[in-house]
Amino acid sequence: MAKMNLLQAINNALDIAMTENDSAVCFGEDVGHFGGVFRATSNLQEKFGKDRCFNTPLTEQGIMGFANGLAAQGSVPIAEIQFADYIFPAFDQIVNESAKFRYRSGNEFNVGNLTIRTPYGGGIAGGLYHSQSPEAYFAHTPGLKIVVPRNPYQAKGLLLAAIRDKNPVVFFEPKKLYRASTGEVPEEDYQLPLGKAEVVKSGSDITLLGWGAQMETIEKAAEMAEAKGVSCEIIDLRSILPWDVETVAASVSKTGRLLINHEAPLTGGFAGEIAATIQDKCFLHLESPIARVCGLDTPFPLAQEKEYMPDELKTFEAIMASINY
Amino acid sequence: MDAEMYQEGRTIHQVEFIDGHSVEIPILKILKQDGSVYDNADMPEIDQALATKIYKTLAFHRVLDERMVASQRQGRLSFYMTALGEEAASVGSAAALDDKDMIMAQYREQGALMFRGFRLEQFMNQMFSNELDLGKGRQMPIHYGSQELNYMTISSPLGTQIPQAAGYAYGQKLKGNQTCTICYFGEGAASEGDFHAGLNMAAVHKAPVIFFCRNNGYAISTPSSQQYMGNGIASRGVGYGIKTIRVDGNDLLAVLKATQVARKYAIENNAPVVIEAMSYRLGAHSTSDDPSGYRTKEEEAKYAEHDPILRMKNWMLAKGWWDEEQETATFEGLREDVLAAVKVAEVIDKPNLESMFDDVYDVPTPQLKEQLAELKEHIKKYPDAYPVTAGRIK
Repeated sequence: MAKMNLLQAINNALDIAMTENDSAVCFGEDVGHFGGVFRATSNLQEKFGKDRCFNTPLTEQGIMGFANGLAAQGSVPIAEIQFADYIFPAFDQIVNESAKFRYRSGNEFNVGNLTIRTPYGGGIAGGLYHSQSPEAYFAHTPGLKIVVPRNPYQAKGLLLAAIRDKNPVVFFEPKKLYRASTGEVPEEDYQLPLGKAEVVKSGSDITLLGWGAQMETIEKAAEMAEAKGVSCEIIDLRSILPWDVETVAASVSKTGRLLINHEAPLTGGFAGEIAATIQDKCFLHLESPIARVCGLDTPFPLAQEKEYMPDELKTFEAIMASINY
Repeated sequence: MDAEMYQEGRTIHQVEFIDGHSVEIPILKILKQDGSVYDNADMPEIDQALATKIYKTLAFHRVLDERMVASQRQGRLSFYMTALGEEAASVGSAAALDDKDMIMAQYREQGALMFRGFRLEQFMNQMFSNELDLGKGRQMPIHYGSQELNYMTISSPLGTQIPQAAGYAYGQKLKGNQTCTICYFGEGAASEGDFHAGLNMAAVHKAPVIFFCRNNGYAISTPSSQQYMGNGIASRGVGYGIKTIRVDGNDLLAVLKATQVARKYAIENNAPVVIEAMSYRLGAHSTSDDPSGYRTKEEEAKYAEHDPILRMKNWMLAKGWWDEEQETATFEGLREDVLAAVKVAEVIDKPNLESMFDDVYDVPTPQLKEQLAELKEHIKKYPDAYPVTAGRIK
């Protein structure tokens, strides 16, 4: 075990993946000698050479098209999009190409080796274009997997699983936690399963569900609620697509209440999908309406970032409203 | 070549603009329409066996296109796209490749797939989306693909295969197996952002890929005068620092020669090449299009005189490698074969219901399994409404 921050855990996972497989290639804007604007790819070019870790021209659709071709060829591309806010120029390559490659060819070809890493989320004074959480756009796309880790241990285990998974995976990294989140991380190889939620804390009165950086917010809100005598069960969804309906439904059947928290705007956010599914699976167990504590239906603002965010106070209020319904 | 070499050049002290005409782009021509060869023309590597294989492929292409348009008009087929007048571009370039080279096409390059050996019944199974289709009946007709023949499955979004070809070729370079990728696209698709992305990525990352543009004058109804104002597509290749050539796309020998040299250059130098083949789309864009709304019969008749298959035939006759008896027997035999193959393919069962859920992922998710189970129950309740699958649910 070693103490690592989230960036070091990602760097360590990339190092392991590139060591075990000569076909693994890391690339993106400023990923090479510079090691990435957040330093997630530090020292990889020095260790594995310029052919396997390199800068690309500044073109997101080019990066993703190139990555699709590399994956179809049999290499293991690990592409970086510098900020999730800039993944949209590559939306066509990801949604129409990566996601449908295996299906449309009858499995003659696939891009299952593909992993897309991208920093997402607010809390760093990033304004409109360094703060977005676009997971719901991709969740509407059969063929993709979507993963979001919450701490260094999760990041390493989930990223290694994503790289080895035989499907294209979009891996959203909570950049607010890159250096802020530290923890004990095994130095050796390990994997955490995709498509499986984790019950972080057991409770009996309400289920609190989230992912990524919002897990800290949820935990703070839960502490406030516990002080008022409310027992909270906390679940980290970890995989947005496919998501672990079974674990969430089992928890809500037990607690009778569900609160979902995410940074992305409310309307069309992934909480809507979860709420609809859980009311279908757990209708007879629900004792209050499913609560969604989310970002607002505005672009992500700079000056009012604190007001915009679904913070622990908003979450606490929603917990108490649900309990007192 | 390094980017640095372009940073220094002739110094000027008066304003002097450059434009598309500043770079002259000649057109490679080897074969005349009457079947004779230009004096001093640099001939491609070709013997009687290769020439015969090429010509038979061209004949198959022409017959399949004519018969399938007729089948579509009879309502037996939902959709079709011919490559009338452009057959030499795909067949001639594919003939310059090694079978291990990857082909990434747009959709009007079935000639390359024919040359690789995709069988008549395989074309039919795809077009009739029956259960023997390699693509499992999921895509529209003419979206062919074959792993065995290194022909990447076609997708409808235009230009997406261009940066993919750069990545595929980069992977081939890393593996060091002396193969390359050819990427076909039309002059309309070259207006997509993926064209810019793909050529720039291939040039910077030194990928052995041949970007082959079929410039046939039209993107559906849009003439090339509304597609670009520069000197065609070839002038752009130069801008990305890529070796570039323009060829007569109706001249099979010119296409073959240019592609043979391009392949050798791409592999030996780990670098991309651009080939712009000038041609004319003699047929409609697709069976959903009627060109009489945007161009004249006179224009079509003028270009019909440049028929690439007739040009190749004239050369073969002059060489004594082909005669009219073979010509008649070949075309008549092909017409009978195609007609018979249609009758077989159109009555083969559609893929079963379960296969609709396969290959979304490597293994179906719990959600997909649940949706399949629900759909089966529904169809069992209303079997008459779903006649294709109802009787075959497992």
